[in-house]
Amino acid sequence: MGWLDSLGRYTIAVLEEIGRFFYILVQTLLWAVRRPFDLSEWLRQMVRVGFDSIPVIFLTTMFTGMVLALQTYRGFERFHAEGFVGSVVALSMTRELGPVLAGLMVAGRVGSSLAAELGTMRVTEQIDALYAMATEPIHYLVVPRVGASFFMLPLLVLVGDAIGILGGWLVAVGLFHANTVQYWHSTFQYLKINDVTSGLIKAAFFGLILAVTGCTQGFYTSGGAEGVGRSTTTAVVMGSLLILLSDFFLTKILF
Amino acid sequence: MEAWAAAAQEPIISVIGLKKSFGDKDVLRGIDLEIFPGESLVVLGGSGAGKSVFLKHLIGLLQPDEGNIVVEGVDITVAPPAECLELRKQFGMSFQEGALFDSMNVFDNIAFPIRRHTAWSADEIARRVRECLGLVRMEGIEDKLPSELSGGMRRRVGFARAIALQPKILLFDEPTTGLDPINTAAIARVINRMHNELGITAVTITHDLNLAFGIADRLAMIRGGIIIAQGPPDEFRASPDPYVQAFLNGEVPADEEEIL
Repeated sequence: MGWLDSLGRYTIAVLEEIGRFFYILVQTLLWAVRRPFDLSEWLRQMVRVGFDSIPVIFLTTMFTGMVLALQTYRGFERFHAEGFVGSVVALSMTRELGPVLAGLMVAGRVGSSLAAELGTMRVTEQIDALYAMATEPIHYLVVPRVGASFFMLPLLVLVGDAIGILGGWLVAVGLFHANTVQYWHSTFQYLKINDVTSGLIKAAFFGLILAVTGCTQGFYTSGGAEGVGRSTTTAVVMGSLLILLSDFFLTKILF
Repeated sequence: MEAWAAAAQEPIISVIGLKKSFGDKDVLRGIDLEIFPGESLVVLGGSGAGKSVFLKHLIGLLQPDEGNIVVEGVDITVAPPAECLELRKQFGMSFQEGALFDSMNVFDNIAFPIRRHTAWSADEIARRVRECLGLVRMEGIEDKLPSELSGGMRRRVGFARAIALQPKILLFDEPTTGLDPINTAAIARVINRMHNELGITAVTITHDLNLAFGIADRLAMIRGGIIIAQGPPDEFRASPDPYVQAFLNGEVPADEEEIL
């Protein structure tokens, strides 16, 4: 019955992981509304998640917008629909690629560093020390980190959307000599405010997911330096997977 | 020093039938121990005997599977979380490697619990931080980061942080592990000073005999998850228990010989 044994063990491990995620999520929401509000810590985390991610988001969305224009131009040429390149770029960026790419990049950049930071604090007993000083670690550590991620991701995506569209324009006008006025017209012709806002709502959820995943992995780290490494990897893999999975369902609900 | 022996005194902490397992490993199997106000109790035990686990129960870092822990008349195993949080402010705990927040300098580390739990002015906080650093003989390092300090210094800063809120009870988790003999002696002196000058109840877990006999009013020995001997230093030294004697003399106890 060896395989049954390991199947059971695996199932328990997965359920445990899910339980931890939701435990941290619920605790974070409960503690988020309690005093004291640590404004300087919130600010520090917002800079870390938001401002410090701008270069990464800039490059990611810029090149995505550019390659999007490149591909659609080549494809649409075949049936003389080059005029729609602007629409395609704008809709894809705002509805899908902006939030998902930003989510994945920030999961890699911030989710991992959250797991490593909290994981190190766990194995060096700094989290126990917080608790011993009558300070709830979730309140002091997790709430500002998750909050910052939740609020900053939509802002990053907003910037990313604009840069992606700009990247598309660069390629269309610079490389294929499309008419600038026509390109901008095509960009905004079919773009509705809902396309942008739904993307931003998705981004906020992705921010929540990646931060809670990173914090959960860090919080439950055990086993010294090796454990911290494991948590960091799991945070990125799980964060990215959860973003891609939830993307489908969020899109289904929001559109 | 004989305070605890003045008998008839109410214990400040009573541990009753404390049991804890991790998976299928029974770490604590029914600890009974009373800790009296103002005494310095040292809990000895071999590596993996459950000393740290025991200590973490006292401050609520771990929840027991069975048994009760009564602190100043409040059973922390059943009390509501808010009351436990309030009670925890009466404890100061020093961790093995100091557990200082490495994102903050020494000053902010010690000021952390004060800022968190009082409305003191910046001046009052600065004065208190200096006072705490003075008590552990670490003046003038306020601006240093934990990574710039040696192991012994980190622990002493950890002590200073633990007493910042003037706790009634101090817990020391292996305060000298990994330190050289001179640093160990310095740590013992600092613990004695804090205990005597502040009149604090101190609970120290260690396997370092020099430290133990240097600071203890009373000693207890954990083995196999229970307390097998306890008493004041002289009584403890004369304990008839063969394991205690083996521990004190640095020998392999008779009942473990066949394992080796």
